[in-house]
Amino acid sequence: MEKNLVLIVLLAPFIGFLGNVFFGKKAGKGFAGALGTVAVAISFALSVYFFLQVNQTGKPIAVTLFDWITVSNFKLDIGIVLDQLSLLWLLFVTGIGSLIHLYSISYMHEDENMHKFFSYLNLFVFFMITLVVGSNILIMFIGWEGVGLCSYLLIGFWYKNQDYNDAAKKAFIMNRIGDLGFLIGIFILGSMFSTLDYAQLKAAITAGNVDTAKLTVAALCLFIGAMGKSAQLPLYTWLPDAMAGPTPVSALIHAATMVTAGIFMITRLNFIFDLTPLVQNIIAIVGAVTALVAASIGLFQNDIKKVLAYSTVSQLGLMFLALGFGAYNVAVFHVITHAFFKACLFLGSGSVIHAMHHEQDMRRMGGLRKIMPITFATMMIATLAISGIPPFSGFFSKDEILLTAFHANIPLWIIASLASIMTAFYMFRLMYLTFYRDFRGTEEQKHHLHESPSLMTLPLIVLAILSLVGGVISLPFGGSWLNHYLAPLFSGSHTEHHLGTTEYILMAVAVAGGLIGIGMAYAKFLKGGAVPKEDHEMTGLAKTIYHKYYVDEGYMALIVKPINGLARFFRDTLEPALSQLVFILGSLANGLGNLGARVQNGSIGLYLFAFVIGFSVLFIYLFLA
Amino acid sequence: MSTVLLIFYILSAFTLATAFLTIYSKNPIHSAIYLVLCMVSIMGHYLLFNAQFLALVQLIVYAGAIMVLFLFTIMLMNLNKEDEVHKPRMTRYAAVIIFILLCGVLTYVFVDTKPIMGEYDVTGQDFQSIKVLGKVLLNEYMVPFEFVSILLLTAMLGVVLLSKKEKSTR
Amino acid sequence: MENILNHIGIENYLFLSVILFCIGVFGVLYRRNAIIVFMSIEIMLNAVNLLFVAFSTYHQDAEGQVFVFFSMAVAAAEVAVGLAILVAIFRNIGSIDIANLKNLKG
Repeated sequence: MEKNLVLIVLLAPFIGFLGNVFFGKKAGKGFAGALGTVAVAISFALSVYFFLQVNQTGKPIAVTLFDWITVSNFKLDIGIVLDQLSLLWLLFVTGIGSLIHLYSISYMHEDENMHKFFSYLNLFVFFMITLVVGSNILIMFIGWEGVGLCSYLLIGFWYKNQDYNDAAKKAFIMNRIGDLGFLIGIFILGSMFSTLDYAQLKAAITAGNVDTAKLTVAALCLFIGAMGKSAQLPLYTWLPDAMAGPTPVSALIHAATMVTAGIFMITRLNFIFDLTPLVQNIIAIVGAVTALVAASIGLFQNDIKKVLAYSTVSQLGLMFLALGFGAYNVAVFHVITHAFFKACLFLGSGSVIHAMHHEQDMRRMGGLRKIMPITFATMMIATLAISGIPPFSGFFSKDEILLTAFHANIPLWIIASLASIMTAFYMFRLMYLTFYRDFRGTEEQKHHLHESPSLMTLPLIVLAILSLVGGVISLPFGGSWLNHYLAPLFSGSHTEHHLGTTEYILMAVAVAGGLIGIGMAYAKFLKGGAVPKEDHEMTGLAKTIYHKYYVDEGYMALIVKPINGLARFFRDTLEPALSQLVFILGSLANGLGNLGARVQNGSIGLYLFAFVIGFSVLFIYLFLA
Repeated sequence: MSTVLLIFYILSAFTLATAFLTIYSKNPIHSAIYLVLCMVSIMGHYLLFNAQFLALVQLIVYAGAIMVLFLFTIMLMNLNKEDEVHKPRMTRYAAVIIFILLCGVLTYVFVDTKPIMGEYDVTGQDFQSIKVLGKVLLNEYMVPFEFVSILLLTAMLGVVLLSKKEKSTR
Repeated sequence: MENILNHIGIENYLFLSVILFCIGVFGVLYRRNAIIVFMSIEIMLNAVNLLFVAFSTYHQDAEGQVFVFFSMAVAAAEVAVGLAILVAIFRNIGSIDIANLKNLKG
């Protein structure tokens, strides 16, 4: 019975996908939306059921479906393991997923391919669930690839625009580069331990006597995979371009679920990373630098979704920073709170874009506060959360990260704090430019402004509430429920941060930093009424940062153009040469054949000659030799 | 040198000369005539052997029928005036060489086999008169005899069919 | 009846036959006129017949001559059919130069 329920958790979205693929167009938009949402909601309900069960008993549920690969001493089977970590992920993936499905019913209502959209979304949820509940690394990799595929399909959903297709390709290819690293890591691990199952790997590694050098290489390769999927330096440029997809896609995939897969993978394999301090240092540094760089780019962006994209990259950097210090539950906490407020922010921005009739430039917005009160209120709550203002959830999770950084590595703490201040600044810049002062758009747009329908505002409200109260799962005082819940997974001793004076001072410093950021934004944009310059007016440093430090152009020149040149060389030189070679072989055979054909020239005289000569030779051979 | 040997030499010379002239002469009619003479000389050889039946058959069939057929065909095709192109020089030399080669090979082979084994025996009885020949033909070689008749019939049919003129279109 | 070969000797007939045969072969290879080629073939057949009769006398056996009989019959049939073909070719092509009969080329 339990096995069947587990299978339903996994397969309900897949059945939703199939239903929408085959019947969606005929059955109409209402059916498509309802099927998609219900499929994910079923998974969510069952996840809640299992979560309650595991929370109570503390024992994970493991289901083996069938043997997949059995080769000499390497055995791999398809199994599902619902332990504390995967259930946590399942909860917020399916939960936020169903909210976003609900939102999309209204948001994508005018689109003619709505059934296709829901089928892709369901497929994505299916693969994400696969990634999360797999019992070995290979199943996770299947899910990994699958979510990458769905990301490509969804980013390029409005395929008639070539720029969107390019963005989708960019996302997929950058993911692929990371996946190569991931695969190499899997191969190394597989060859070292002859198994990829989590439980067996953990037993083999913690038993001791492990070649740390090889393990370090494997861990590094795995981290490269995480870099690609979770958009860290240098594989981050796909995420801002991925904003070409519809907003629900950005909310689901590029804020709450897919990009957290890297963190999930590292948390899952924490026993590997615990043994490789070098890789952990690298993770921490990469995370911190990413956080700072992305935040700096976000300061100057004018597209509302791009600001949020860079904000996502920056927050992911903070999560990796925490992972780099071995503080897995801190990172998980921030993942959860970030999912809440980032999804809320994206959905809110979608609501604004919907009202502005697909205008996304903040310089044309303004004064939407009175017209869209619900959107404004929910986004304000989420913005306060991301800026780290107590008692919102973001404060608790970010504070934990900063505390861990302070105790481990002061320079990285400074970088993280700077990134947080910048985050507060640009998020409030976004709020002031969008919702305050006067409307800067055209008259036409002003007429169409309206609050979004309830199907869109309901998820916003739910997510805002969660952003507000989500911090309770891991309060620094009185024993964190999250730490206690995840304790069976992590081997390191996790001393609760003893709340001494240092901690309180640090908390105050963090809050102060946030308030400084808000204040600066207030002074410049609300009081001062500044509006960012138009594209052609920008100069100097601002221009460089606005153009993302020309990193994309750098990649283009350094990597893309040489590879294209190589491909062109192959196409224009090598391939014709090879076909010429084949032709030459052919003509050689032809020539030989022609030579042979000259014997048969049809002249009887020659035949008679041959006849007589043959006869004489035969005679000589038989009788004289 | 006995008379028979002398006759043999004269006949052989005649045979070889006419055979050679058959090939060598330019005019096909001359070639045909020479061939007739060759057949006649071979008939002479048969007579030396006292193979009377064969001699006459040779005359009637070869010289009488086959060569006449040849002459008819030559005249049908009006090959009187001969303007035949020669084969390339190389081929002609090769033909001569082959001729010498073949001659040499065959002679050598036959000489080597030592056909002579002492005295030529004489059975005393008649072995080749037409009576004996007829008996042998119709006793042991009955079946081939009948088949020859069928062969000749088939040949006749074939020839008639092959040389039928197509129905003219006009 | 005396064996004539006592006077002549079988080897003479062997040589005669061989040379006659080779003359026939030479004729086949040397001339381009199809009629002459046929005639050379007749020469070859005659040479062989001669040798058969010689050996029949040598062994005092009639079977050699029986074979000659059949050989002559076949030769007659062959000449008839061959000439008919030649006539047909002549009607089609207009000449009987064997260098023109190249349709089997290739």
